[in-house]
Amino acid sequence: MNRYPLWKNLLILGVILAGLLLAWPNLYSQDPSIEITAARGHEISEASPGEIKAALENAKVPLKGIESLEGGKLLARFDTPGEQLRAQEAIERTLSERYRTALTQSADLPGWMRRLGLNQMSLGLDLRGGIHVVIDVDMEAALEQAVERYSGDLRTLLREDKIRYLTLTRDGADILIRFEDAATRDAGEKKLKREFRELDIQPSEESGAFVLRAALPETEQQKIKDFALQQNITTLRNRVNALGVAEPSIARQGDRRIVVELPGAQDPGRLKEILGATATLEYRLVDTEGSVADAVAGRPPVGSKLYYERNGTPILLKRRVIVTGDQIIDASAGFDSQSGSPAVFVSLDGQGARRMRDVTTENVGKPMAVVFIENRTTTQMVDGKPVKTTRKVEEVISVATIREPFGRRFQTTGLDSSTEAHDTALLLRSGALAAPIEIVEERTIGPSLGQDNIDQGLASVMLGLGLVLLFMAVYYRVFGLVANLALVVNLVLTIAVLSMLQATLTLPGIAGIVLTIGMAVDANVLIYERIREEIRNGNSPQASIHAGFDKAFSTIVDANVTTLIAAVVLFSFGTGPIKGFAVTLFIGIITSMFTAILGSRALINLIYGGRRLNKLAI
Amino acid sequence: MTQKRTINELNIDFMRRRKPAAWLSGVVLLVCLLSIVFRGFDFGLDFTGGTVIELGYAQPIELSEVRAVLETQGHGGATIQYFGSRTDILIRLAPQDGVEEDSAKLSDRVFQALSQAAQGQVELRRVEFVGPQVGEELREQGGLAVLFALIGILIYVALRFEWRFAVGAVVALIHDVLFTVGIFSLFQIQFDLTVLAAVLAVIGYSLNDTIVIFDRVRENFRRMRKGTVIGIMNRSINETLSRTIVTSGTTLLVLVALYVLGGETINGFALALIIGILVGTYSTIYVATAIVVWLGLSRDDLLPVKKEGAELDLLP
Repeated sequence: MNRYPLWKNLLILGVILAGLLLAWPNLYSQDPSIEITAARGHEISEASPGEIKAALENAKVPLKGIESLEGGKLLARFDTPGEQLRAQEAIERTLSERYRTALTQSADLPGWMRRLGLNQMSLGLDLRGGIHVVIDVDMEAALEQAVERYSGDLRTLLREDKIRYLTLTRDGADILIRFEDAATRDAGEKKLKREFRELDIQPSEESGAFVLRAALPETEQQKIKDFALQQNITTLRNRVNALGVAEPSIARQGDRRIVVELPGAQDPGRLKEILGATATLEYRLVDTEGSVADAVAGRPPVGSKLYYERNGTPILLKRRVIVTGDQIIDASAGFDSQSGSPAVFVSLDGQGARRMRDVTTENVGKPMAVVFIENRTTTQMVDGKPVKTTRKVEEVISVATIREPFGRRFQTTGLDSSTEAHDTALLLRSGALAAPIEIVEERTIGPSLGQDNIDQGLASVMLGLGLVLLFMAVYYRVFGLVANLALVVNLVLTIAVLSMLQATLTLPGIAGIVLTIGMAVDANVLIYERIREEIRNGNSPQASIHAGFDKAFSTIVDANVTTLIAAVVLFSFGTGPIKGFAVTLFIGIITSMFTAILGSRALINLIYGGRRLNKLAI
Repeated sequence: MTQKRTINELNIDFMRRRKPAAWLSGVVLLVCLLSIVFRGFDFGLDFTGGTVIELGYAQPIELSEVRAVLETQGHGGATIQYFGSRTDILIRLAPQDGVEEDSAKLSDRVFQALSQAAQGQVELRRVEFVGPQVGEELREQGGLAVLFALIGILIYVALRFEWRFAVGAVVALIHDVLFTVGIFSLFQIQFDLTVLAAVLAVIGYSLNDTIVIFDRVRENFRRMRKGTVIGIMNRSINETLSRTIVTSGTTLLVLVALYVLGGETINGFALALIIGILVGTYSTIYVATAIVVWLGLSRDDLLPVKKEGAELDLLP
């Protein structure tokens, strides 16, 4: 009686050994390290580690080790944060053209662990320091832009087909096209319906006019929103990568939010400037014939629009855009070889290059302007409710005479400083945002606070664990020791699962672990109290053990399933810290059921099973 | 071990005091409700939006000095408090107009000014900014989370036991949630996201307790052919009492460790759980079971027994 078959014991042993193996990497410390990636137009090659070693030797910075990471990156390790910073400086100074660096922390795991794919728990920003930003994507603006685009496309199509319409106006989210008579309207309807299948186009007669009403169906709107979010994530990822932060994470949250996490980063101001600017450039010809004075007075010539330069000088530009930011595939900052002033070097895609070449060939000797367009979103409180307004800022940043036809690559000058050239290049390179964004949440955690949080969390786990272990040993004696072993194994398994899933451990997550330590003994307590009861009722020790485990089982399941329900609800509704807490709570409950029911039973069986007993130490 | 013998052989007539207990619970809950309605909560940054700046000074600093500097910056209305020790302070700034563009510059400006005043002997430990609409959403989500947890539990208990037990359990949970958040409202302790997580954990924990007793009640109804409903309830509570005390005890031990050592950010969390576990243990006995009795549970409700947990017997 009270014996487990061999396979069951082996299974339990196997799980525990696997747990120990998975949890093991967490015992290794973290080295201050530098992540090295190739700069634009360069690659990490076989010679790269040697180059970096040489640069560090020159600067007399001791290197602990250098290794290749996935995705063509190098990782250089150092003994102290001071050496890490000096090393970064040295690499930036001598090799900045070829390599980019980012400060990071990296576990110093032995090679076999890494080959097995073992890893440490990943720490949340509240434990390692860094910046956490939640970005809201303005979906209304994305839809607005889509409707605007459709208006233009409908207009073009009707004109191309010489279908005469009276007016084309917007009515909320719908587009209204008025026609002179029913016949033209029907012709227009046929044409538009064939070309724009995604639009919902309905003919009607409104106040005596023949009208086509084009609306965006719900599914189409959803598609536009999804696209806007996806495009923004891609763009933000490009921008963030340019910031030089190791292991950045950019993820979608819900229908309209993006979470950006930058471990180790400390300057939210710079991050926000880069993230928040929804800028693009447009190249337009200058209207040299129209009267600027008339335009300022409110009568711009047909086909032209009034702009202002940065110093406030009004200027007339042709409405027709030559090239937009979408067609820019690369941009870098530098200096004009002739004047020495800051410049942005731009490369265009095929279509953009063709347009640029055609237009510049026809207009040699005429001036062309670069317009910088930025969407600035501000939130203001109106009657206690936040109201968002998006303002479009358009500025002419440079006007230059076309000396010769532009090709695929050309340069733009007229920027104030090299920093501005650098930032403009960064913005151009990373592409335009599909919709304006706004930062709605931002958390910056200093590195020392992160370390404090780890220390305090660890101290409270240890103290709590110690107290519970002591109590159980005194109160239940041998059985208490078994429960204690189960509890320690439970902690190891929780850490193992967290490491395996690469779930992020946060401060509330540590709180969840602490809580499960307190609650994990519950299953054992339920079993042991049952065993005591059975003994009091006069049953033999062996029968009592058997009955105790048996009868407590359904109670344990019921009690734990309800807590699991709470954990699942927490996980699905929570964000950030709450999710972290829910994950550890969930894992803790599952592992504690395993260790308390199967694990401690196996141990009790090994100690007491299969022999006659007169007394139990419980 | 004489002590455990006394616990196990106790036969306290818990049910006899269920009326005074109901009055007590009623009055306390009324006070909590009134406080929630009229005083509201001292919501943390997560829910209100705004900016929080945590600073670590090299030497102990007077709050009045910090306030003076903030006033020169036009932030007279800021909340300033010590955060764990006299060298650490926490500054809370309410959300402002034109939030988005300002927040980084705002915290920067405030920090620069304070840093200058302290001759650089200050470290910026943490800056958090939450937009007003996010705060509002979080409040809604939090309420929904509690609601869905309760519904899920209601269904599970009704399926595994009987509807009267489900009602008893859920009323006890609502009691615990109201009581815990009521304390936070009454004493105006800051209520943030981690506290909300704790409240949800309280639901899980308190239910744990309730289920253990219900399980015993069900078993005793089937085993003991004689005895009144009240008698069986009392028997069940007494039989599980030692377990209740041990488990609550170990959990409290750990939580007190967390409260003392876990640091200021986690204090609210630990406190909410400590309150929740104490009141949860009480409500299991006096609210959950009392409601089941009051709803008129009889032996017949539990007797047409399908074989209990037939599918579960296969497991251990």
